[in-house]
Amino acid sequence: MTQATNELVKLSAAEMAAKVKAGEVSSRELVDAHLEVIEAAEPSIKAFLKVSGDVAREQADAFDAKSAEEKAQLPELAGVPIAIKDMIVTKGIETTAASKILEGWVPPYDATVIEKLKAAGMPILGKTNLDEFAQGSSTEHSAYQTTHNPWDTERVPGGSGGGSASAVAAFEAPLALGTDTGGSIRQPGALTGTVGVKPTYGGVSRFGAIAMASSLDQIGPVSRTVLDSALLQEIIGGHDRRDSTSIPEGPRPMVAAAREGAKRDLKGMKVGLIKELGGDGFQPGVEARFNEAVKKLEEMGAEVVEVSCPHIGYSLGAYYIIMPSEVSSNLARYDGMRYGLRVMPPAGVPQTAANMMSYTREAGFGDEVKRRIILGTYALSAGYYDAWYGSAQKVRTLIIQDFHNAFQQADVLVAPTSPSTAFKFGEKMDDPLAMYMNDIATIPANLAGVPAMSIPAGLSDDGLPVGFQFIAPQQRDEVMYKPAAALEAALEEDWGGPIWQSMKTPWLNAAE
Amino acid sequence: MPTFTREEIEHLGDLARIALTDEEITRLQGELNVIADSINKVQEVASDDVPPTANPIPLEAYLRPDVPETPLTQAEALAGGPRTEAGMFVAPRILGSEE
Amino acid sequence: MAEKLMKYADATKKYDVVFGLETHVELCTKTKLFCPAEVHFGGEPNTQLTPVSLGLPGSLPVVNKTAVDYAIKLGLALHCEIAEWSQFARKNYFYPDMPRDYQISQYDKPTNGNGYLDVELEDGTVFRVPIERAHIEDDAGKNTHVGGADGRIEGADHSLVDYNRAGVPLIEIVTKPIEGAGDRAPEIAGAYMRAIRDIVRALGISHARMEQGNMRADVNVSLRPSADAPYGTRSETKNVNSFRGIEKTIQYEIRRQAARLDEGKDILQETRHWDEATQTTAGGRVKSDADDYRYFPDPDLVMLHITKEHIAEIESQMPEMPRERRNRLKAEWNLTDVQMRDILNADALDLIEDTVQAGATAAGARKWWLGELSREANAKGVSLEELDITPADVAEVEKLIADGKLNDKLAKQTVSGVLAGEGTPAEVVAKHGYKIVEDTGAIEAAVDAAFEANPDVVEKLKSGNMKPMGVIIGAVMKATRGQADAKAVTKIVMGKIKD
Repeated sequence: MTQATNELVKLSAAEMAAKVKAGEVSSRELVDAHLEVIEAAEPSIKAFLKVSGDVAREQADAFDAKSAEEKAQLPELAGVPIAIKDMIVTKGIETTAASKILEGWVPPYDATVIEKLKAAGMPILGKTNLDEFAQGSSTEHSAYQTTHNPWDTERVPGGSGGGSASAVAAFEAPLALGTDTGGSIRQPGALTGTVGVKPTYGGVSRFGAIAMASSLDQIGPVSRTVLDSALLQEIIGGHDRRDSTSIPEGPRPMVAAAREGAKRDLKGMKVGLIKELGGDGFQPGVEARFNEAVKKLEEMGAEVVEVSCPHIGYSLGAYYIIMPSEVSSNLARYDGMRYGLRVMPPAGVPQTAANMMSYTREAGFGDEVKRRIILGTYALSAGYYDAWYGSAQKVRTLIIQDFHNAFQQADVLVAPTSPSTAFKFGEKMDDPLAMYMNDIATIPANLAGVPAMSIPAGLSDDGLPVGFQFIAPQQRDEVMYKPAAALEAALEEDWGGPIWQSMKTPWLNAAE
Repeated sequence: MPTFTREEIEHLGDLARIALTDEEITRLQGELNVIADSINKVQEVASDDVPPTANPIPLEAYLRPDVPETPLTQAEALAGGPRTEAGMFVAPRILGSEE
Repeated sequence: MAEKLMKYADATKKYDVVFGLETHVELCTKTKLFCPAEVHFGGEPNTQLTPVSLGLPGSLPVVNKTAVDYAIKLGLALHCEIAEWSQFARKNYFYPDMPRDYQISQYDKPTNGNGYLDVELEDGTVFRVPIERAHIEDDAGKNTHVGGADGRIEGADHSLVDYNRAGVPLIEIVTKPIEGAGDRAPEIAGAYMRAIRDIVRALGISHARMEQGNMRADVNVSLRPSADAPYGTRSETKNVNSFRGIEKTIQYEIRRQAARLDEGKDILQETRHWDEATQTTAGGRVKSDADDYRYFPDPDLVMLHITKEHIAEIESQMPEMPRERRNRLKAEWNLTDVQMRDILNADALDLIEDTVQAGATAAGARKWWLGELSREANAKGVSLEELDITPADVAEVEKLIADGKLNDKLAKQTVSGVLAGEGTPAEVVAKHGYKIVEDTGAIEAAVDAAFEANPDVVEKLKSGNMKPMGVIIGAVMKATRGQADAKAVTKIVMGKIKD
């Protein structure tokens, strides 16, 4: 790999965009550089399920061929390539949700966010790995491959969006899209030292995002800097008439807020520490970095107050009722009739449509997906609906109220993103409950529909990245971008550069 | 507190159309009972005076004008089908009682 | 195995009948309930689909405003309470013709609740049918069974699925348990179904063609020893798709259940099917806890908000309801009950009203549509509407008669010409040169010739016996090729015999 390529892929997306705008580099060159890194990195990282090199080159060439006037009409990130979590539907590019049941499915349509990226002139590098149907916290539940954490390839990148996070951390892509139902963008962000944002529920269209749990799912940006996420979220956000849960308003002024934050002046801002998220179950190194970051916010003029969300302890329970309930219904359509896998019953079992569906689903779904479907089927069944689903919906109301009250006392809330740093493969695979605990600090934002993001807060004692989470009120996504950008700038000053400077990247030198 | 019996998990497998193996049923029984234990406490705070939330953002339905848009072609519609015939999707034998 | 039946009269004497109807009406919106795929009857299979109606991963439903408007219209017509907030829920069950393997329907928060419909029976009695709800839901696709006998599901080797119908909006109208009908239950059910058909057609919200499946009903029947006893166990006969079928289903179920109860046997809570060939219902599937549809609010759809203004806007567009309209027209046209029933049976009410509106008298319009034109339609095996003649044409012919330009015979020939596609009445008249001969000289000459040829008739006429007048008129008509006015001929004949 040439020095030029090496330097180019380490730029932020905004910096790449500036070079494109200045004519110093073409979109095609950016795409080629990233495809080169992908080729070198994939044997050890395995972030991509599918690399769409030809499509990306074609899109880049089409962008490069545009006139200056046409380019001037496009968003700031025009020409910069991006990777897409394989939970998002891409016309003509195989989309599997990392499940055997969708193997080989080539969608006849694009998700709204994909249409927006195409309109913005952003080439699509490929589809990234995930836990099957985004169900998991380590990407080990992918039916195809396990993705490795670039910081330590013996460890998981988090999940479900481990592929997008690892791709961005390993410089295989400057940007990626993820989906976040209970932390699937933020927790991998924390574990890979990247930025991950879950927008306000309804802020980004879900049309074309394969549904896991419809009332919790949200598409969001994955990047290496806060500003890059802001730029990307303004492109993909806004109202979509094809999604009934889409908020009928345009994106918030997030880029301006991020740029404002870079000035590192937080005077007048109240930061609320969520009392219930921390202590027991949180790794000491994670707590230490978190506390230091809070101090940084204070140093920049923010007033730090402690707030209480008394029902947050019930959020894991509510989540593991609502989420599997919606999963059980959303995943019913994979029945071997219209797309994907079909498995006929074995000899001796009647060859009926019902049995075909049962054997298809048995063969096509992995353990975690089956576990959730069975749990959700139970939670919705007559006789248990009120006790479980009904109660969980009420807990949801209480958590929304908790956040509402907390935002009376603070402009933005903070908490660690994940209780621990990246763990080793297999460590939690046999203990679903331990795996579920990874999302203890990210789930409340999904239940309440509020926006949240994770940014790197430094390295824990084990030398692995720690995530710092900001949570803002509903439909006020810009509110978290300002302190996030400020903290990022302050920490990078301390570190003498971005966090990834501490990461070993043998694949970037492999070709030389 | 609910406890999952073997029969119950078999029944849930039928409802969810998953032909669970014996081993899976055994494993699920253990796991689901542990999970159920930990999530059952949602009932503690779900009193009658708390309204349920189905959707976190209070929106009302956007009503779409009744105007046709270009449909998928038959070829596009059928492209993903595991088995198709005469422009249609093939289903194995349907038992009347499945309705 | 044939089931034992009790005589109908005995069964209804011995037991109190309770029945209910769940009527599915397919709405005639341009596009589907949750996606903009255009809906039309027929068409190549799997060509009326978007990613939404094919249930592709990632697709999401968005509610069709016209479907909601139609539901409000029907709610108003059925005197329902229209909910300010209603909700779509998912009804979860697997079936090959359901693209998502759940139906989107309304469960505990339907748009329309708690209404009624007054139906008029043949003898003029009015019976009030209480309506529980009228909710919006989407339809499934269609299975064609291959490899078995005559396309039946039993014994079929496999099925072919066409999802074109999947997602077409339906309204399901659910009655409350209908009590007090006694032995008139089948008649009330039939009258209710016809009234629903007339209403949805008048509202323009459904084609309501039962033979095309635009309308179908599930029929619930139960018996109990007396009107103050608790409800008995009910049977549910699914998807009956003709008025006669519905009436006969109720009759059959009353007789079957009465016979069972008489023998001390239980009624199973089961779904049954009406078999047109054997005129019986056949046992289907016993309801069990497998019918656990796991309803929950569809998280892809938010609450449906229907404002007072929205309802008022729909209310201002409501047409006159069929029953009120029938009563008004009956009075305006001065008709007897029997005459009105004939019009309704011929499906000619709209046509006659349009003809009257185009200037004809009610009697004139009725005469054409129930006479000549009904015969023509019968002969061709088509409906009156399908004939190549419009109410305006009929009114024009009537005007030509009134103006003395055509006599009855010429008028019939003119109508024949219109039906044959020769053009408007004026064009047909011009083409054939139809006109009444007003030249009295020509008529007089013809009368003279007729007198000469029939001296015996002339004698009779002169002696005051007017019976053979037809002979003279016939001869004159023949001589003038039918263009003489019969009244003018009579007048001339009368003048001549007095001479």
